[in-house]
Amino acid sequence: MTALLAEMYSSLRGFLERLGALTRFFGRVLWLSPGAFGRPRLVVEQVYNSGAMSLVIIMTCGLFVGMVLGLQGYDLLQRFGSEDALGVGAALSLLKELGPVVTALLFAGRAGTALASELGLMRATDQISAMEVMAVDPMRRVVVPRFLGGVIAMPLLTAIFIMVALFGVQLVGVQFLGVDQGQFWSQMRDAVELGDVAEGLTKGLVFGVACSLIAVFEGYHAQPTAEGVGRATTRTVVISAVTTLVLDYILTAIML
Amino acid sequence: MRQSRAIDVSTGLFVLLGLAAILFLVTQITNREFSLGGSSSSYRVSAQFENVGGLKSGAPVSMAGVTIGRVESIAYDMDLFKAVVTLRIDSRYDRIPSDSDASIYTAGLLGGQYIGISPGGSDESLRDGDTVEFVQDAIVLENLISKYLFSQAGKPDAGQPAPAPAE
Repeated sequence: MTALLAEMYSSLRGFLERLGALTRFFGRVLWLSPGAFGRPRLVVEQVYNSGAMSLVIIMTCGLFVGMVLGLQGYDLLQRFGSEDALGVGAALSLLKELGPVVTALLFAGRAGTALASELGLMRATDQISAMEVMAVDPMRRVVVPRFLGGVIAMPLLTAIFIMVALFGVQLVGVQFLGVDQGQFWSQMRDAVELGDVAEGLTKGLVFGVACSLIAVFEGYHAQPTAEGVGRATTRTVVISAVTTLVLDYILTAIML
Repeated sequence: MRQSRAIDVSTGLFVLLGLAAILFLVTQITNREFSLGGSSSSYRVSAQFENVGGLKSGAPVSMAGVTIGRVESIAYDMDLFKAVVTLRIDSRYDRIPSDSDASIYTAGLLGGQYIGISPGGSDESLRDGDTVEFVQDAIVLENLISKYLFSQAGKPDAGQPAPAPAE
């Protein structure tokens, strides 16, 4: 019994320690972030790595999420004889929830893992120590541009995801299943407000900050072994996914 | 150098696509109407309703089915015990007779509510700050049902199910 308690205590302590380290790390990254715009090339490279490289997977998944939404939404709505409302339903659910959340999960899987394993390997192969020896701050040179690249890329990816998904909904609903095109768009335009778009993009931005931070934190603090890099990558995906969903609830509660 | 230029081009394309997507979301799927410069002048008219039902600010104001403005705000007046609805009407439509009446309608079964204005016969027009005198409230379904039930209760066959309509 005492052994169990002691174990719980130590794991709770470990969690708090990690959370504290993450918070401190976040503070440092934020503090160093304005300086990174003095060297925009590093940031642009990372926008390319995190954003442009994720484009294909984001667009493919967006198309299919939209098509499924079109099928399911049509099936549900035609029971009430209101399949014309498909556009509204799909647009609002995509803007408010599906778009930012699915994009963040894909982003964690595609870009987050790449960031974590890259930084972990740099740590394992002593590149980070080498930079310190050469009086180059690895935080400034390596961590901050990667973080900012992710933060810039995420809202853009979210917007692209939602746009492509809406195209998918339209494809299935209007082209395949025969929902009236005019009703589809006009009802959507009547019901969707600018605040809904802002909510989606805000969520995208917040998830971008969270996922990028977790990825660079886990990578930067990886154990310098092959196993440690693997573990850091796994932790990145798991922690990013859980954080995204928890943050999603909080953000929805605030903005609803 | 060649390598980094290719990266720049792809990044630029990506950012452009992202911004285009944001622009698409903002302009194409919202009810926001972008006014070009200062040309979109409008004037405000208010109307007092006993009950606005599910009317929301931003709802269309229409005449003969044509949208001529939007509901700007809905407030409750503690002195009149009425809802005061402010309508913002495009100044292209500046010759609405002052005795026109404003009604709250529902668009379709599940659609939102909007204000329909039917013109009166006065020679004077509504001006900025005027109040629409004749209004018709939103129809509340429960009131209709209770009216129907009370009218049924007075009949001799009260308690019986309503007779099926003649075929």
